[in-house]
Amino acid sequence: MSDKIFYGVAASGGIEIGPAYLYHAQGLTASRRLLKPEEVKTELARYQEALAKTRAQIVELEGRAKEKLGEEHASIFGAHQILLDDPLFTEEVPQVISKEHMNAEFVLHEALEKFKTIMASLNDEYFRERGGDIRDVGNRVLRNLMGKGEKEQLKNLDREVILVANDLTPSDTVTLSTETIKAFCTDVGGKTSHVAIVARSLGLPAVVGMQNATVNIQDGDLLIVDGNKGLVLVNPQSHIIEQYRRLKDNYTAFQKSLEAFKTLPAVTPDGHRVTLAANIEIPQELDEMNRHGAEGIGLYRTEFLYMNREESPTEEEQFQAYKELAMKTGVNPAIIRTLDLGGDKFLSHLNESNEQNPFLGLRAIRLCLKRPDIFKVQLRAILRAAAHGPIKIMFPMISTLSEVMEAKAILQECADELKKEGQVFRAGVEVGVMIEIPSAAVIADILIQEVDFFSIGTNDLIQYSMAADRGNESVAYLYDPLNPAILRLIQMTVDAAHKAGKWVGMCGEMAGDPQFVPLLLGMGLDEFSASVSVIPEIKKIIRMMPYETAKKIAQAATKLKTSDEVFDVIRDNVPPELKTLLF
Amino acid sequence: MKITEKLLIVNKLGLHLRAAAELVKVANKFKSQTTIHHGIQNVNAKSLMGLMTLAAAKGTELEFECDGADAKEAMAALKELFEHRFGEKE
Repeated sequence: MSDKIFYGVAASGGIEIGPAYLYHAQGLTASRRLLKPEEVKTELARYQEALAKTRAQIVELEGRAKEKLGEEHASIFGAHQILLDDPLFTEEVPQVISKEHMNAEFVLHEALEKFKTIMASLNDEYFRERGGDIRDVGNRVLRNLMGKGEKEQLKNLDREVILVANDLTPSDTVTLSTETIKAFCTDVGGKTSHVAIVARSLGLPAVVGMQNATVNIQDGDLLIVDGNKGLVLVNPQSHIIEQYRRLKDNYTAFQKSLEAFKTLPAVTPDGHRVTLAANIEIPQELDEMNRHGAEGIGLYRTEFLYMNREESPTEEEQFQAYKELAMKTGVNPAIIRTLDLGGDKFLSHLNESNEQNPFLGLRAIRLCLKRPDIFKVQLRAILRAAAHGPIKIMFPMISTLSEVMEAKAILQECADELKKEGQVFRAGVEVGVMIEIPSAAVIADILIQEVDFFSIGTNDLIQYSMAADRGNESVAYLYDPLNPAILRLIQMTVDAAHKAGKWVGMCGEMAGDPQFVPLLLGMGLDEFSASVSVIPEIKKIIRMMPYETAKKIAQAATKLKTSDEVFDVIRDNVPPELKTLLF
Repeated sequence: MKITEKLLIVNKLGLHLRAAAELVKVANKFKSQTTIHHGIQNVNAKSLMGLMTLAAAKGTELEFECDGADAKEAMAALKELFEHRFGEKE
C-alpha cells in the first residue's frame, strides 16, 4: 500500500473516510444512419417525443431539487427548461433531419459537440461552467432518444462511498443519494462551481479542481477526503487512518456543538478576550460567516473583483461590493485588503512586464503605488462604502515606511477629492498594514507609528523569511511556522503594536491551524482571522485554553532553539482535554 | 423593418444564465428575428445556448438587430429589460 496525497480546492468542509466510487458520466456516442425518405416523418415524431419526455423529466427533477436542496438550487432546472426550448433543439435539429435524412441521435450529437467546443474555449469561468448545463440537457435528450432512460447510477448504490468524478451535472447532484454518497472529489471546478455549492448545502465534504482525481484514483481505493484542507489521501497507512478517524469524530462532534458556540465569545477560561474573525475570498462566504460565529472579517480579499475580466472593475462596481460587505457584517468590523495581485495571480490587463521572479517583483502595494489610477478607484470605493459600516483598510506587502506614507497620502488625496465632489464617504477610516515581509516585522516599531493596526500574513512571512517556496517539494520542509526565526518575527510585531497601544491580528494560515492557537494566544495576538470553516474549532480551543498557561508556553517557546522543541512545549503544557483534541 | 441599437449590460452578474433566460423570454414575445452582434459573433437572441457563448460580463456592450413587423416594440422591450438589470437587484 502506498499513501499518496492529492491537493485540490477545499470546496466544502468536513472529513470522510471510505472507498472510492469512480463515476464516469455516460459517454454518449451516436452512430450515423441514413434514413429512407419515408422514414423521415417517423424520425421527426420520435425526436419530438424525446423532447417531451425530457421536459417532463426536468420538471420532475425541479420538484425533487426544491425538496432536497431548496428553491434557489431548483431554479437551475427552470433554466434547463428554457435551454430545451432553444432553437438548436426545436428548429436546427429537425431541419437537419428533414434535409439530410439523418438519424436524430447523430444530428443532435453533432450539434452538441459543436457547442461543447465553443463553451470550453471561453475565458470566463462562470460561462465555461455553463457548458455543463447544456451537456446535461443535451445528454438527457440523447438518452431518451436511445431509449437508455434514466440510469440514476448514483441513486442505487449498495454501500457508502466517496464519489470521484470529472464533474457532476445538476442532474447528477439531485439524483444522488446522500445515504450512500459521503463526499465528492472532482477533477474540475472551483469554490463557486455547481458541485461546490451543492456540497456545501448538503453538508458533504468536497475537494474539487483536483485536475487528475479520476486518473490518480482507482475504483475501490480507500480515500480520506479532508474538505477543510482541500486534500485527498489515497490508500493511506493504518495509523494515518486512525488519526483521521479521530479528526473526523472531533469534527462531527464540533458540527453538533457549533450552534452552541455561535453566539459565545472567543474568551479563555480565565477571561482573556480575543477577536475571532473570518478570511473571505468570495462574497458567497459572507452568508456562511455568521452561521459559524465569526466576529467580523479580518481579511476581505478583493482580487475576485479583478479576476476573469478584460478591464479593472469600476468604482461603482467596487462600491456596491464593499457596501454589501458593510451591510452583511453589521456592527462587526470588516478589514478590506487592497489589491494583492502579481506573483502567483496574474491579471492579463494589469500584467505589465514579464518578470523573472514575480514573487519578488511588482505585486500588491508596489503595483498599486506604481499605478495610482487603478489604486485610487479602489480606495475611493472603500471610503464611500465605509459610510455604511465599520470598514477598515489594510495594505498588503509593505516592506518600508515610505510605502506606508505614500499609500496613506494617496488615500488622503481620495478623501479630499470625494469631499470636494460632495460625495458621501467616511473620513478617518482605520488603516492597517500586513506584516508579511521580514523587513516590515523588523521595523514594526517604526511602522506602527503610522498605522492603527497590524495583521500578520504568515504564509508569505514564512516563505520570505526562509527563502523557500512551500510549493516546491524539495524545500517545503523549510516552510515551518514554528521555526524560532518566525516566532521571533511574530513576537517583535506583537510587542511593537502593544507598546504603541495598538492591536495586532493574524490572517495567515497559521492562525487557522488548531495546534498553533495556544502558542499564538500566549504571544499576545489580539485577533485571529481564519477561513470560515475552521472558526468554530478555533473558538472552542480558545475557550479551553487558560491565558496564563498560554503565556507560559509562549515565554518558553521564544527561548527555544528548534521547532521540534517548540512543538513539544505546546503539546506538554496544554490542558489534558485540549491535548487529546489537538495531538 | 430593421432596427439596430447598442445595449449595455449594467447588472452585476452580467448576462448569466438567469438573465439570459429572461432575455430569451422577452425576445420570444415578438415575431421579429433578433440577432446580437458582438465582435465576430452573431447570435440569435432567442437561443439561450447562443447567449451563453457570448460570455458577456457586466460592462459589455451588445449590438441588437431586430428585424420584422414588430421590430420597434421588440427593441423597446429589450431596452427596458437591460435598463432594469433583467429584474435583478444589482
